[in-house]
Amino acid sequence: MDIHDFLISPAETARRKGPHDRIVMSSRVRLARNLKDAPFPGWAKKPDRLKVLDTIRPAVESLPEMKDAFSASMDSLSSLDKQILVERHLISREHAAKTSGSGLILNREETICVMVNEEDHLRMQALRPGLQLRQAWTAIDSLDSQLEKKLDYAFSPELGYLTACPTNIGTGIRVSAMLHLPGLVLAEQINPIIQSVNKLGLAVRGLYGEGTEALGNVFQVSNQMTLGESESAIVERLEKVLAQIIEHEENARATLLEKKPKMVYNHIGRAYGILANAHSISSKETMNLLSLMRLGVDLELFPGIDRSLVDELFILTQPAHLQKQHAEKLSAEERDLLRADMVRGRLKNVSRPVVRPPAAGGSTGLDKPDK
Amino acid sequence: MLCCICKEREATVHLTQIADNKMQKVDLCEECAKNKGVNDPTGFSLADLLLGLGASQEIEQASGGADTRCPRCGFTQADFKKAGRLGCPECYKTFAEGLETLLKSMHKGTRHVGKVPDSLRQTRDLSDRLKMLQKKLAKAIEEENFEEAALLRDEIKQMNARLSNIAAT
Repeated sequence: MDIHDFLISPAETARRKGPHDRIVMSSRVRLARNLKDAPFPGWAKKPDRLKVLDTIRPAVESLPEMKDAFSASMDSLSSLDKQILVERHLISREHAAKTSGSGLILNREETICVMVNEEDHLRMQALRPGLQLRQAWTAIDSLDSQLEKKLDYAFSPELGYLTACPTNIGTGIRVSAMLHLPGLVLAEQINPIIQSVNKLGLAVRGLYGEGTEALGNVFQVSNQMTLGESESAIVERLEKVLAQIIEHEENARATLLEKKPKMVYNHIGRAYGILANAHSISSKETMNLLSLMRLGVDLELFPGIDRSLVDELFILTQPAHLQKQHAEKLSAEERDLLRADMVRGRLKNVSRPVVRPPAAGGSTGLDKPDK
Repeated sequence: MLCCICKEREATVHLTQIADNKMQKVDLCEECAKNKGVNDPTGFSLADLLLGLGASQEIEQASGGADTRCPRCGFTQADFKKAGRLGCPECYKTFAEGLETLLKSMHKGTRHVGKVPDSLRQTRDLSDRLKMLQKKLAKAIEEENFEEAALLRDEIKQMNARLSNIAAT
């Protein structure tokens, strides 16, 4: 099956709702597991990797959650297809570089995605829109419990689940949330927040995970330590920290509107102006400006416009998604032109941002006083 | 002070991270700091950095030199230095001693807390109970309480049968 016939449309993906989704774009819990009697993928020879794939793939496919799933060996996907999966945050960039001997199983709802022979034999993840770490953990915990009956995991009573990299040993869990934090960035409070989150032993990363920059004011927060702390304790810790970050972001937005409304309107107005009128625009600039428009929607400066309009553009304007809509191979310059055309088209019926009268009766809950 | 990566240039970037009252420090020269992305606070974490540094030396010391090879997969500590990843699950035994220090610096603890595969949990619970029963049995014999000893002996027999049953499936 073609992955594109399988994937949920960007429009539908963008319309998915979850708790706190104006700030928390998505939640994810990933577990790393390995088979007892095989070398880790990075050290294994190709026949070993193929054998592992042949063992794991049918086991995952047989689970009730994975009914009608999309299942493929990585060499059957084109590099464009793989890039699209990265842009949808379904697979890692590392996994996109894999070919034969590695595989992917994605369920119908796109809530469970299993990577075979990424850095570990198994990297299984549960995804949810908005802030739903606990739900994601429950889902992946149950999948893992079913798989452990079919597969022989590498597990040591002292060290827990054994992983290729010692940083993942123990629970093998990574709990993470993707956050949209334009308020903290505009208020120049983001660096102290990142530093204090780091001090709590949590990692803050960019849009596409490890080693990437925070495009569009999107940050990923995740646990770093996996040994010596239970899964539920890690989930709970993340939940607490995220609640704090959400509060700081809401406060930053409220304070900005109160103290520096002109600055906020200026940023959002200019973002709209460029997006609605540009004839050539890079992916990076688009992301950063869409982030400001998303903030504008949250602040009700675009009456009648749903956040999903912006979120859909977030997906569609990325390079691989743009390329996919055109048969011929596009150069970066051509993509910039087509991207601008698409964004202009989509914003044709979006009026320029309104300016809210000061203290307009707190209907948004944004004008709350600080304390 | 020399940079702890290149060991050539003077270290001008000093990083400290405190997690759970454990302090970790690295000293880098400007160039290595830049290469490691230290200037970009969003892309940097000390654990990622430390992983590539002290780990292989520690493993080398603990395993008595660079020549130790994992009997299972042939992985050496030089390979770990290159890749920052281990070769196979067995490597955790081969390089156990050196890894312990590394794990301590990287994680909250050195012992797993959390989920255990079901089959192992059953075995563990059973063997815990078995140990307890054996202690009771010894005590009963010592006290010449043979009636109870007989009961305990039967229970231990059953328990052993269940354990070997689990092992067989």
